[in-house]
Amino acid sequence: MTRSAGTSDEALDLEKHRPVLFKFAILQLRSRAQAEDAVQETLIAAIQGAKSFAGKSSVRTWLVGILKHKIIDHIRRVSREQPLELPDAETSLEDFDALYKEDGHYVSVPAEWGDPEAALSQRKFFETLERCLEGLPKITARVFMMREVMGLETGEICKELAITATNCWVVLYRARMSLRACLEERWFALDA
Amino acid sequence: MMLTCKEAGRLISERLDRKLSLPQRAALRLHLALCDACTRINAQFRFLRRAASRYPGPERDTGES
Repeated sequence: MTRSAGTSDEALDLEKHRPVLFKFAILQLRSRAQAEDAVQETLIAAIQGAKSFAGKSSVRTWLVGILKHKIIDHIRRVSREQPLELPDAETSLEDFDALYKEDGHYVSVPAEWGDPEAALSQRKFFETLERCLEGLPKITARVFMMREVMGLETGEICKELAITATNCWVVLYRARMSLRACLEERWFALDA
Repeated sequence: MMLTCKEAGRLISERLDRKLSLPQRAALRLHLALCDACTRINAQFRFLRRAASRYPGPERDTGES
C-alpha cells in the first residue's frame, strides 16, 4: 500500500509520539514485543482514521485514547491464551505489618504533601510517577493502571484477569501504598 | 469498634473501588475524624487517582497550578 506525500497522517506527525506511547504501553504490558505491537496497531489505526481526527483534543491525547483500547485487546488475548498466576507476594499483606506499631499506628507517619495539585502541571512529576509504576510488581502495575489510568471498574478487571474481587482490592491497596511511599520519597520530600 | 490505622488504610483504598457496608463507612468516618495520619493517606490516595488519570501528563510544563 502506498501513500502519497502530504497525507493527513504526515501532517499530524504521528511518529514523534511513538516514544510516549511505547512507555505507556510497556508500563502496563511489561513486554517489549507486546508494547511495540500495541503502539504499531495504534499508529496504523490513527493513520486509517486520521480524517476523523477532529482536532478537539491534542494529537497525543487522541493517540493515547486509541492505545488504551489496543492495550486492553492485548491483555484480553494474552490472558485467554495464558492465564496469569497471581504470586502470593502480590496479595499478601504480611510485609505491611512492618509499617505499623503494635497499637496499630504508623511507625513513620505519612508526610504532609503540601500542594500536590501543582505537581500535575509538571512533566517531571509524571516521569517520577512512571518510575514508581515501573517499580511495582507486574500484575500489581497492570491492575493499578487498568483501574486508575484506564478507569475500568474492578469487576471488569477481575473478569479480564481472572482474579477474585478480594484479590483485586488487595492488589490495588498494595499498589496505592507503594506508590504513595515512592512519590513521597522521590518527589514530595524533595519538593518541600 | 475502633479501627486501627492498618484496617482504616485498607478501607480508604477499598472505598475507591467498591461501596463499603454501612458499619464500615461509619467506622471509617469516625477513625478519619480522629486520625491525622489516615486523613493524609486518604487525601494522597485520591490525589494518586487524579494523577494516574492524567498520565502521561502535560506535553510541556504548563506553569499553571
